[in-house]
Amino acid sequence: MAARKSAAKPNVSPEELKQYYRDMLLIRRFEEKAGQLYGMGLIGGFCHLYIGQEAVVVGLEAAAEEGDKRITSYRDHGHMLACGMDPNGVMAELTGREGGYSKGKGGSMHMFSREKHFYGGHGIVGAQVPLGAGLAFADNYLENGRVTFTYFGDGAANQGQVYETFNMASIWKLPVVFVIENNQYAMGTSQKRSTSTEDIYTRGGPFGIPGELVDGMDVLAVKEAGEKAVAHCRAGKGPYILEIKTYRYRGHSMSDPAKYRTREEVQKMREERDPIQNVRDLLLQGGHATEDDLKAIDKETKDVVNASAEFAKESPEPALDELWTDIYSDDVPQGDAIDA
Amino acid sequence: MATEILMPALSPTMEEGTLAKWLVKEGDTVTSGDILAEIETDKATMEFEAVDEGIVGKLLIEEGTEGVKVNTPIAVMVEEGESVDDAATSSDSGSDDSAAKAPAEPKGDAAPGPQEIASKVPAAAASADWPEGTEMKQQTVREALRDAMAEEMRSDANVFVMGEEVAEYEGAYKVTQGLLAEFGSKRIIDTPITEHGFAGIGVGAAFGGLKPVVEFMTFNFAMQAIDQIINSAAKTLYMSGGQMGCPMVFRGPNGAAARVGAQHSQDYAAWYSMIPGLKVAMPYSAADAKGLLKSAIRDPNPVIFLENEILYGRSFDVPVMDDFTVPFGKAKIWREGSDVTIVSFGIGMQYALQAADQLAEDGIDAEVIDLRTLRPIDYGTLIESVKKTNRCVTVEEGFPVGSIGNHLSAYIMQNAFDYLDAPVINCAGKDVPMPYAANLEKHALVTTAEVIDAVKAVTYR
Repeated sequence: MAARKSAAKPNVSPEELKQYYRDMLLIRRFEEKAGQLYGMGLIGGFCHLYIGQEAVVVGLEAAAEEGDKRITSYRDHGHMLACGMDPNGVMAELTGREGGYSKGKGGSMHMFSREKHFYGGHGIVGAQVPLGAGLAFADNYLENGRVTFTYFGDGAANQGQVYETFNMASIWKLPVVFVIENNQYAMGTSQKRSTSTEDIYTRGGPFGIPGELVDGMDVLAVKEAGEKAVAHCRAGKGPYILEIKTYRYRGHSMSDPAKYRTREEVQKMREERDPIQNVRDLLLQGGHATEDDLKAIDKETKDVVNASAEFAKESPEPALDELWTDIYSDDVPQGDAIDA
Repeated sequence: MATEILMPALSPTMEEGTLAKWLVKEGDTVTSGDILAEIETDKATMEFEAVDEGIVGKLLIEEGTEGVKVNTPIAVMVEEGESVDDAATSSDSGSDDSAAKAPAEPKGDAAPGPQEIASKVPAAAASADWPEGTEMKQQTVREALRDAMAEEMRSDANVFVMGEEVAEYEGAYKVTQGLLAEFGSKRIIDTPITEHGFAGIGVGAAFGGLKPVVEFMTFNFAMQAIDQIINSAAKTLYMSGGQMGCPMVFRGPNGAAARVGAQHSQDYAAWYSMIPGLKVAMPYSAADAKGLLKSAIRDPNPVIFLENEILYGRSFDVPVMDDFTVPFGKAKIWREGSDVTIVSFGIGMQYALQAADQLAEDGIDAEVIDLRTLRPIDYGTLIESVKKTNRCVTVEEGFPVGSIGNHLSAYIMQNAFDYLDAPVINCAGKDVPMPYAANLEKHALVTTAEVIDAVKAVTYR
């Protein structure tokens, strides 16, 4: 199957197009800043940047309705920004500060927002897939018409629990969109070396789950595919798979020597397929925005990101007694054996 | 030549069963594979097939008879030409026969098995768990667990049960018997055999606002799912800065059953009790099984609920109350004593109580504490008891290295060192995979004799 491309005359308003540009740019600038802060030692541990993949979450968020849920792996900063979480709270979590979404106790890989229906941020490859189906199970049980976007990568697509979940999601007709963000490398292992099938979306076939391949560098194609998938789920027809071919420009994490692909390969994607540049061209060529308009958006975005970095540096570290909170939802004594 | 047909053992823990229905009558000719009878075991109703061909000479046990012991003759087969009278006289089972025909006890009040000690347990009248004078009824642990789930499902529409064979089969160990009929397939959900997947779906459903009760057919199979239990269920509240709790129960039989070998016979009490974010209950009696499971379902945290296959069929007094619950973190003193503290939980209690009975005959007065929950642990009750008796023996079936007993010993040492007159002794399962052979298996588990020896050691007798 050829990857879905956007229609020649996409059904979006200039305002919507500008919004996608803004949203994707925010993710890119945010991630660049995060990379910078990591280099300065302000962010620790693992930090997986989303640069290059922005069109995936922005396109799918454009297809979502209020109340729909999303859950993903540890490459999660883009998902949080795209669903409207506050950049200050995300950045402050990256720096491990009190003002972070998890009060500094989660970090880059473990962030959540009940308010925005963002259910993490999960660090174990593939574990979010049954969790996402479980969220959809709850929606189905509660008959509330909501859909869950369950994101995972081409690497996670080889975990057994993904197929356990496909099976149950299909027999119980759960309203879940399985989004395979195929950035073509599971850490340093290319899809060719790790995956028996070329088209991962076809793996839903034996479970009776329809799927399609989508050009993930084309935000409008992603949005169209997302709308189709969501309509399928909301109609009670069960799960849907979108394999979205994308590309990450940066390493798997911050400590990636990138020996597994050539500099030229990355450069070619950046120059020819960049999702943000694509929308920029559409806006300019369609006469929907001037260079000055876009410069203004660039500046606004930079300001938001710089402010988030400032907030993340200024926010204090969590108080030491935070060590002992949020372990149980009720009052259960901790550490008795040590301090009694 | 006439041959006897014996009551078959149809499950690893079956000691007796109900002869639910005869499908043949005297004089019928049967061939190998014909169904002779329906027999209800502790786990299911099963069809019992003929092994050889012959003629049904005599049915020795009436259909509907309960409590028929395994290996009791239930029918006599004769060959062509042989008379039923010949058959009757050829049966040498006069005494067995009458035993089998003796009126069976009412269901739910099964006669004690060889290891049974339920009948010997001290009357639980002096309990802080229910008001004095509360009416009591005898119930098996299995029935108590079922009632706990049913009661909580009636009062909260968001409680549901999922697992392998929980609905149409009514539970591999019959714990969910009757629930599908009452609550329907939306709330009693058969899953495929896919522990990792359905544990994760259960956790996700809890994140999504439901209160799942996830049954593992046994906790041995939960090892396939342990990443979702530990990494997703237990840690998310903390990792989300308190935003996302996981109100759910993982339950099922834990520990050794009988003769099922190393992969099906492991006690996970110490494993799960290590994890902050989980609560862990491991009841012994039916009343505690019921009261703790109701508390577990209401608990806003993920709870590991460790049951025991051998205890399922045991009967205990259960208070007749509209809403009986047992709080977590509160131990139960089964027997007060002054010479030594024996502390245990779950099926370990059977050794603790048996040992205490026998020690009493030797003039040693043991206090027996059932922790009931392992997270949180009621350290206060334990320490108070040790301060009184100055000696302590811990009892559990699990492996000895990194055991609950090890932890309790350390705790006692740090918090009541000056009160100890002897080192704490841990009685645990042996440091070996569970063997299959009956004699080896018995020895691999903790034994009452070992508990008695340990008590004598700490009391210098």
